Amino acid sequence: MTVVLDHQPTALVIARVPTAAERWRKRYGLAAFGAGIVLIWILIAIAAPLLTPYKPDFVDVANRLQPPSWAHWLGTDALGRDVLTRLLFGARVSLTTAFVVVVLGAAFGTLVGGIAAFARGRVEGIIMRLNDLVLCFPPIILALAIAAALGIGALNTMIAMLVVWWPKFARLAHSLVLVQRSQEYVEAATVMGFGPGRILLRHIIPNSVGPLIVLVTLDLGNAIMTFAGLSFLGLGVVPPTPEWGSMVAEGRELVQQWWVATFPGLAILTVVLGFNFLGDGVRDWLDPKARMR
Amino acid sequence: MNMHATPPQAAVPTPALEVKDLRTQFFTDEGVVRAVDGVSFTVGAGETLGIVGESGSGKSITALSLMRLLEEPSRIVGGEVRFQGRDMLRATPEELRNLRGDRLAMVFQDPMTSLNPVLKIARQLVETMVVHGRYTPQQAAKRAVSLLGRMGVSAPERAIDSYPHQFSGGMRQRVMLAVGMSNEPALLIADEPTTALDVTIQAQILELLRELNRDFGTAIVLISHDLGVIARVCTRTIVMYGGEVVEEGPTDQLLADPRHPYTWALINAVPRIDEATSGDRRLTTIEGQPPDPLNQPTGCRFAPRCPFRIAKCDEHPELEDVLPGRKARCWVTQSGQKLELRTRVAVSAAPQAPVAKETPATTEAPVLQVRGLVKRFALPKRGFFDAPRFVHAVDHVDFDVRPGETVGLVGESGCGKSTLARTIIRIHQPDAGEILFDGHDLAKASPRDIRPLRRRIQMVFQDPYASLNPRMSVADILGEPIRFHRLTTSEAETRERIGELLNTVGLGPKAAQRYPHEFSGGQRQRISIARALAVKPDFIVADEPISALDVNIQAQIINLMLDLQDRFGLTYLFIAHDLAVVRHISDRIVVLYLGKVMEIAPAANIFDRPLHPYTRYLISAVPIPDAVVERGRSHVQLSGEPPSAVNPPSGCRFRTRCPIAKPVCAETPPPVTQYAPDHFAACHFAGQLS
Repeated sequence: MTVVLDHQPTALVIARVPTAAERWRKRYGLAAFGAGIVLIWILIAIAAPLLTPYKPDFVDVANRLQPPSWAHWLGTDALGRDVLTRLLFGARVSLTTAFVVVVLGAAFGTLVGGIAAFARGRVEGIIMRLNDLVLCFPPIILALAIAAALGIGALNTMIAMLVVWWPKFARLAHSLVLVQRSQEYVEAATVMGFGPGRILLRHIIPNSVGPLIVLVTLDLGNAIMTFAGLSFLGLGVVPPTPEWGSMVAEGRELVQQWWVATFPGLAILTVVLGFNFLGDGVRDWLDPKARMR
Repeated sequence: MNMHATPPQAAVPTPALEVKDLRTQFFTDEGVVRAVDGVSFTVGAGETLGIVGESGSGKSITALSLMRLLEEPSRIVGGEVRFQGRDMLRATPEELRNLRGDRLAMVFQDPMTSLNPVLKIARQLVETMVVHGRYTPQQAAKRAVSLLGRMGVSAPERAIDSYPHQFSGGMRQRVMLAVGMSNEPALLIADEPTTALDVTIQAQILELLRELNRDFGTAIVLISHDLGVIARVCTRTIVMYGGEVVEEGPTDQLLADPRHPYTWALINAVPRIDEATSGDRRLTTIEGQPPDPLNQPTGCRFAPRCPFRIAKCDEHPELEDVLPGRKARCWVTQSGQKLELRTRVAVSAAPQAPVAKETPATTEAPVLQVRGLVKRFALPKRGFFDAPRFVHAVDHVDFDVRPGETVGLVGESGCGKSTLARTIIRIHQPDAGEILFDGHDLAKASPRDIRPLRRRIQMVFQDPYASLNPRMSVADILGEPIRFHRLTTSEAETRERIGELLNTVGLGPKAAQRYPHEFSGGQRQRISIARALAVKPDFIVADEPISALDVNIQAQIINLMLDLQDRFGLTYLFIAHDLAVVRHISDRIVVLYLGKVMEIAPAANIFDRPLHPYTRYLISAVPIPDAVVERGRSHVQLSGEPPSAVNPPSGCRFRTRCPIAKPVCAETPPPVTQYAPDHFAACHFAGQLS
């Protein structure tokens, strides 16, 4: 039996349903682009020595401050070092420090925040107040002070960054674990007789990692910026180690020789942008509610 | 009769709502879901129509389609909806805004989220009235007070200046109804308006709906999964399955003589509070799950689960007249065949019905003895020097559970039944009292002492979506406790045991490799039961194990639990708010109110001879899916809401809502007194409410 309509409800019938590929592109296109940038930079960091005939710390004063040419695609700096070579090797420093700081900071913060939320009571009070104490300083100032106290060097800078890095993960993990610990599957684990360590590590934390992973991805770009910032201020790496922040610092006063500071700046820009796009995509993927846009 | 005609002319009044061949589809990544697939019905002016069906049957999407409230990725792709003759599907957004909340109102299931939490009640009510230009702000403010009073909100002048969070769920639903009725709509669509409420409050709201229909002539479309609720309010009912209407007819006829096997199954799956449990407690269920919405069967959509299936069912049936005024979409009943309902034994016909299942001898020593159990929760202090305040969740509770029996624990939400269960199983630490389990006092045992006993007492939880760790496969969920308690000696044996457990609860061995989200609610509850069984317990606390499930799945789970009890000699402490279900499967029932035991009675006696006034009210509030019985019943209605457990009433806790309370009730708390073998009540005037 068909019902004869006295009109066609054309206004309701949609012109065309987007295909799966179109929906995917709309949802994850930018994330894939970001992932591509990040991947390219990672490959560059690994293959740096193969991509350039020069050494990053090879000084050639005769050829100092050369503009971009076929011999030096991105020109040379005040000591005649090839900017492109230093840029490629700089990726190694930036990416490594960022990964180490964020991964260690996230691991420590998650564990500490998770313990605080799971234990409640006095343990929670102590951990979370300590957390607040660190968070009440502007992170870069605190890192600057700690790095300065420890002395110049990549390792010391990383330690300083770690000190200011864990609290945001601790705070996030704390709130996530608080939500999970009252779930019925946690009660079920208690009823089975499992101990608190097992419940926290095997049951609660695996269910809390989603937002933490999003924060890690978004934070990698942030860590690269902070490290470059500290280096720019003269704290990060010991010269002549190639590092983007310190390269920008070296080109700071060379207004005529724009290539010395511009290209490392662009490198920072692209990699941070890449991580941010990727992080947004990961968030959309893990949190369907944010997908609506 | 020409079904294709345009709305009838002036002679016949225009129906409030006409729906013809409505089709709503979801455009998902996996494919097109035909959520509403050719639904047609008519609601006459001032009529009450019920829509029943399980979750996924398309009943809520139908309601949203009528209101044009669908969101991406769902779209109405065809059909016709006429509200008072106006074409809803071609209405402009502005026309729709003018209709919604004015001539056409809707009340949603969750009263907790359908009011704006940052606006006072007054503003929300007045806004609806003023926006549609029917009242000036001054008139609207006056009318808001009288509306709230009409909806049964006590002290409406004060209530109007409150925020939604200051109200309970039942009160908020009254406010929602006040908002819905504020412009005297011609049609009110109520989507599961009482599902989130307690039975006593549900009874009040349903009564209110009936009155609104009677006094204002408002047509009502009531959507529910509960046939009893429909029977109490609606004169006509349609039954939905797989996005289609499968049966339509007057409610009393439809319930007494269903003409579609799905309706038949719905009626059979629910135990009725007015019938005795005779011998076998198993319920008649249909097997299987609702159809996959992406992949509807090409023939009759119900055929794969239908016990009456015939060869012809491979063809898709149409909704056709089977009796005068009755329509059904079924090949079997189109020839006029009746579907026999399970025979019912009326309670009154079988007083003292000897329960066929051997009730454990009274002399047998209880496996669980709860004595003077107290659990309080501290509230945050209001000020530094204030005395600490407590919620008295469980307050000096005594009861026994004997080996092999099922004890039902019932009460309204907030009565402390879940807290009591969680305290017995030591998820919560009790504040006082004894929990003697097989001679061990669980109340004072340290976590280390409890660990070996954990194996023997297990729990099945309410929410099948929260009680399984979503990151673990079923094999891990079942395997972890087995390995932890070293119940097997080798990995191979563990795997074998997992397969055996899945088999026990009616799931195939393939389920082991899958994750909880791949299962439906009923299947998850089976996994939850399998997990409890994994450690070979002898005592299972089931905290509302069926409340979140559709009636057919409820019946399947009840049958499974009864089977397991027979096979393994399990003892159950079964918590539920559904008195009919509890009465059906329990040997004895404990009724709680505000943390105190009101009555303990054998299940067979509680419907016949309730001693406590509160028990009587609870029973009276349960709707019965039989329109004739339902109309003939005298509904004693419990007024008001449970008082706060922070400052419970002095003396008898129930006295503030009790119609036979006397001054003595405020002074002396009534002791739990024995009135018959196994029958206890805590009331100064037990059995005196007539």
